[in-house]
Amino acid sequence: MTEMSDPAITVENLGKRFQIGTFEKGADTLRESLMDIAKAPFRRLRSLRGSPASKGEFWAIRNLSFEVQRGDVLGIIGRNGAGKSTLLKLLSRISDPTEGRAVIRGRVASLLEVGTGFHNELSGRENIYLNGAILGMRKAEIDRKFDEIVEFSGVSKFLDTPIKRYSSGMKVRLAFSVASHLDPEIMIIDEVLAVGDHEFQQRCLGKMQDAAASGRTVLFVSHNMAAVRRLCNKAIRLERGQLIDSGPAGLQVDAYTRDVTQRAKTGNLSERSDRTGDGRVRITKVDLLSTEYDIPVSTIGVGQPLTICIYYEGQESYLSPCVHIAINNDIGVPVTYLCSRFTSELPGKLPANGRLYCHLPEVALAVSEYTIDVCLQSDNATCDHLLAASNLSVTEDSFYPTGLVPPAAYGTVLTHQSWSSSPLTA
Amino acid sequence: MSKASHSSGSSAVAPLVNMPTDSVVIEPRSGWAALDLAELWRFRELAYYLAWRDVKVRYKQTVLGAAWAIIQPLMLMMVFTFLRTVMAGKGAESDWNKTYPYPVFLYAALLPWQFFSFCVAQSSQSLVGSANLISKIYFPRLLIPVATVGVGVLDFLVSSLILIGMMAYHKIMPDFQVLVLPIILLGLLLASIGIGTWLSALAVTYRDVRYVVPFLIQIWLFATPVLYQLDRVPEKWRHLYCLNPTAGLISSFRSCLFGDPLQWDCLAISLFSSMIVFICGSFYFRKVERRFADIV
Repeated sequence: MTEMSDPAITVENLGKRFQIGTFEKGADTLRESLMDIAKAPFRRLRSLRGSPASKGEFWAIRNLSFEVQRGDVLGIIGRNGAGKSTLLKLLSRISDPTEGRAVIRGRVASLLEVGTGFHNELSGRENIYLNGAILGMRKAEIDRKFDEIVEFSGVSKFLDTPIKRYSSGMKVRLAFSVASHLDPEIMIIDEVLAVGDHEFQQRCLGKMQDAAASGRTVLFVSHNMAAVRRLCNKAIRLERGQLIDSGPAGLQVDAYTRDVTQRAKTGNLSERSDRTGDGRVRITKVDLLSTEYDIPVSTIGVGQPLTICIYYEGQESYLSPCVHIAINNDIGVPVTYLCSRFTSELPGKLPANGRLYCHLPEVALAVSEYTIDVCLQSDNATCDHLLAASNLSVTEDSFYPTGLVPPAAYGTVLTHQSWSSSPLTA
Repeated sequence: MSKASHSSGSSAVAPLVNMPTDSVVIEPRSGWAALDLAELWRFRELAYYLAWRDVKVRYKQTVLGAAWAIIQPLMLMMVFTFLRTVMAGKGAESDWNKTYPYPVFLYAALLPWQFFSFCVAQSSQSLVGSANLISKIYFPRLLIPVATVGVGVLDFLVSSLILIGMMAYHKIMPDFQVLVLPIILLGLLLASIGIGTWLSALAVTYRDVRYVVPFLIQIWLFATPVLYQLDRVPEKWRHLYCLNPTAGLISSFRSCLFGDPLQWDCLAISLFSSMIVFICGSFYFRKVERRFADIV
């Protein structure tokens, strides 16, 4: 049997490369004509990742090495596109690595989604068996745990109703109930807690804590830093497919939060080396202007107008410009996304050096810290992509007539609203 | 967690010897891969559940339920019989030298044909239709196209009741040749799984397969002795013709039910080619399956 001293998971130089729209071997006419179809998913990936179009490939993760000891609950943290999901997919054997290897010692259950394989036409009872089998349970095991699963899910009354009649909350509860009755040695969990109501999330967290306490090894990806801090004893931080650091979960969460909010050093952005793109046009500075006074600021009142000003430089005219701006919250989760293509007001040709402005009539974000990613494209190819090019700090001000604003913990996006009432007549 | 702190017990590269049975090595694969029957066996219950799901879903919310399995070949039988009597005219009667009526002759071939064409059509779309499963969880991918055969088998069993009824009505009794039937059915199963898995793997990369398959099946029907007898194919071409697995299998299926002389050489060739199709199909599938999750 497995030596207890062996780590549960050993990852050595693991790497995953995605082809972008090109086939590995020679393309005959049939392939060429069909290439467009195969390209489509990658084209999306490319635009999401902002990796250079000139290259035919990108590495979602590379040179990744780490170990997970038996009984560890390891959090995997990093921004969107850092390679967390790819890593989980490799360790779950869903997709194959391009290089390196990983050894997993023990029975694995991976939950990359709640309710994988659920079928809407089937009843709750039937879905418990189907989903259980998909997650790797034997029929005898499901039979034995059936009552427990039903009780935990709280849908016993609707057990023979097709789940298409269930509310989404009921579906999630049923799905998590099946998943939490798995009995693996190693669990791989991705963002499962992002669904369901608050009370149910707490129950799930409790279940996961039990799993950890009973000596199981857990790999956990989440944007919920509080959950990572609470559940995990260790964490690794990923960025652009590389391992940045590893250590006790609390320290890593702190470092990550600090990193996200403080990476942007105001001043000359052209010094930064952590950028992607072919470099035909480069971002040199990003200023936030309070429109009223047209002066650079780092804080802005909620509800106030804001102009994001991007300084750029290049060798030649900047042709077919397209500017992307992502605004992320304090843990790096995108809150909103702005793109010059949405309004198509930019001219087709810009001078080699200049400034680009994005005017927001009002900042509709809760009082919190935000980071701003900027990406410049020319002819649909990424020229320069900078994460956290600037920080934005939103302070209290008047968005609503009363001057009241919700705390950021309740949600970061504000919207105008009006209220009214009417009597209920029988 | 620093690597140095616990490197005392294990070297940087874990030894591959004495690997416990439940540990998994994740490495890049290239070239052809073995079928890994042991793993398929381990996941047999999942195969059963996937087939069971398809059966359940197929008959939920359909008014006639299992009757659909009968209606389809029955309608085809009626249409083709009509075409034969109306379109072919007088000559058609004279070349019918059998002791049993044409509709029975037709139905006995439509039955295995429906099984084959249904399995090929369903399994060729199965991977694309299971994109969500493929990108969220690991299991041997081969189970997906194979499990679709479940519904085909069930339909086949249901619609063979009609055949038994028709044969009883016309007092047709099969002779000892009926003992070959299981081998023929096995061959048919292998051929449909082989072609289905191959098409399903192609469909992941080339969505065109969706449009090609109905067309392919239509042509295939005419390249198979369903509407006509195997004897109508010139003798010198017959062996070549039976490289089409359904040709020898379906005509033998009919012959051994009605006690017509079996053409053993044709059956052997078709059995052989269905095995080849099965082996090629499943190995091709194994070769390309590692890309599925990335491109589906």
